Amino acid sequence: MSSSALDPLDIVDPDHEHSHIGEEVERRLRRADRRRGFLLALPAYLYMVLFFAVPLVIVLIYSFATRTSSGSVALSGWNLESYRKLGEPIVRNVVFRSAFLAAITTVVCLLVGYPYAYFAATRRPLVRNLLLVAVMIPFWTNFLVRNYSWRLLLSTGGPISSATEAIGLGETDLLFTRTAVVLGLTYSFLPFMILPLYASIERIDWRLVEASRDLYSSGWKSFSKIVFPLSLPGVIAGSILVFVPSLGAYVTPEILGGGRETMLGSYIVTQFLTARNWPVGASVSFVLMAVMLSATIVYFRAGGKNL
Amino acid sequence: MVPAVSMRALTKRFDDVVAVDALDLDIADGEFFALLGPSGCGKTTTLRMIAGLEIPSAGSLKIHGDEVGTLPPNKRPVNTVFQNYALFPHMSVADNVGFGLRMQKTPKADVARRVGEAIELVRLTGMEHRRPNQLSGGQQQRVALARALVNRPKVLLLDEPLAALDLKLRQGMQFELKQLQREVGITFVFVTHDQEEALSMADRIGVMGDGELLQVGTPEEIYDQPVNRFVADFIGRSNFLPGTVEDPSTVCLTNGTRVTVEHAGDAGEAIALSLRPERVQLTDRGAVPEGQASLDGTVSLVTFLGSGVVYQVALDWMTVEVRAENRPSVPRHDVGDDVSLWWRDDAVAVVPA
Repeated sequence: MSSSALDPLDIVDPDHEHSHIGEEVERRLRRADRRRGFLLALPAYLYMVLFFAVPLVIVLIYSFATRTSSGSVALSGWNLESYRKLGEPIVRNVVFRSAFLAAITTVVCLLVGYPYAYFAATRRPLVRNLLLVAVMIPFWTNFLVRNYSWRLLLSTGGPISSATEAIGLGETDLLFTRTAVVLGLTYSFLPFMILPLYASIERIDWRLVEASRDLYSSGWKSFSKIVFPLSLPGVIAGSILVFVPSLGAYVTPEILGGGRETMLGSYIVTQFLTARNWPVGASVSFVLMAVMLSATIVYFRAGGKNL
Repeated sequence: MVPAVSMRALTKRFDDVVAVDALDLDIADGEFFALLGPSGCGKTTTLRMIAGLEIPSAGSLKIHGDEVGTLPPNKRPVNTVFQNYALFPHMSVADNVGFGLRMQKTPKADVARRVGEAIELVRLTGMEHRRPNQLSGGQQQRVALARALVNRPKVLLLDEPLAALDLKLRQGMQFELKQLQREVGITFVFVTHDQEEALSMADRIGVMGDGELLQVGTPEEIYDQPVNRFVADFIGRSNFLPGTVEDPSTVCLTNGTRVTVEHAGDAGEAIALSLRPERVQLTDRGAVPEGQASLDGTVSLVTFLGSGVVYQVALDWMTVEVRAENRPSVPRHDVGDDVSLWWRDDAVAVVPA
């Protein structure tokens, strides 16, 4: 790029300090490149600052504010009271329950998603694409609608209950239980597990599996010693992508847990809307976000070394 | 003695393509055997069948007398050095080398000792804790060798193991591999498309083309007495002079020249004389020994190669390639010189036309 830009200069003055002119031209081209890049990204930057960074800062500021007795927020008398409240048993219970349900959801997604991703990644291209599209089809329907349809499925006298009754297992009453919440979360976030898993399994060099078979390993050992370790980046990425949104989920626990299984998302909403305690809601939001962010950073740091 | 590998009518079909067509071959215990052929000739498929990575469509395959045709790879006493080494990227050199032993549930102390020995054998001591991507191509090659040899297989299979190395390293490794095979005494079955590799390393060579085994023999037999034009052309270079058999020791070339050969074949048969460039004598026109058949021509191209000189000599009816050594005692010729070509009766091989 730089040499072609230099050609006219060379013709004008063939033996005048080539290298010096070359450096200068190159520097200017680089600067122009940077400026162009910045201008192109500017609308996106503005959008992010206005609708993401600014609200975030507002939340942070509110978390240090004081709640007045009337339920409004006094932007004075800055304190750490709302953060201290996070240590209280009520909040701690919600945190543990959320983490527990998110962890179970992640494990279930992994157990369901891995075989699917493995199967898809080892098919011929046409079948692969069909299987991947099948994963994404539910996304075309509204998230709320999908959750309400699960409510229908799980309700007493609904299809699932009728089915178990028909085969003699008796009526099941899953709605508004933890199981229902985990089912709903698994259903909602399964694609986030399958897609990274698929990507990392599909990349595996199958000659390595042949080599391991040649070196006396059974099919199962080839999987546990070669395929699974090589797909770990996908396992970790998928787990983070499922765990993080599950931890803060609001809609699914509300609809399928019926408010009985309060998770962090619901707790935050309650603080803002019902309890009118904006500082506490803000501080919980902020801590949750910080935890998720650090988990993600840890992953990408570790991933950078292993990939 | 029971052969290390024994194939009878061994066949592999992929859908309706016949990759390996009814192979009959015995490989002796302790032999360095090369399967040689152009890409797509079925040599790698044959090797993969021995390894158990392909299931034969028909025929019998025995290793030391035991039928292994449908046995999975982990149940066979063979190990493979793969073309691109296929080293496990997430394991250290030592873990790669010890993989086969661990899978066979060898006691830990034995694994450590044998891994150490194998790493020493391929001269990689000190590299045990490196990852494969921290090694050079030649070093990765040695790890692949150690990883296979450490299991003391009855047969070691090598799939173009030198193809990914550069020329100098490849030549060094040819010598090393041969040395190593003598040392460990294991049967080596080696697949290559490089005739020089096969000639320089193997005890015996099997030449394959189009899924069939065309000729099996020592490097000398294959080079000196090729059974057909394909083999003669694939191994080294050759001129093919068309002619007809007159009697069991005489061939009449298409220009009418009668030449004496050792085994011509049946009278009336259309054949070709395979004449290696380095076996043709090039002299000034007419300076041919008494009673020796010769061909007259004109030098049309001279190529200097350092160790030798290659001449293209135009006859009336074809062009012959002649290779002369670059020695002071060998006279040089220039383009346009009138010359005669002759050769000893035992310097040619008769092949079907």
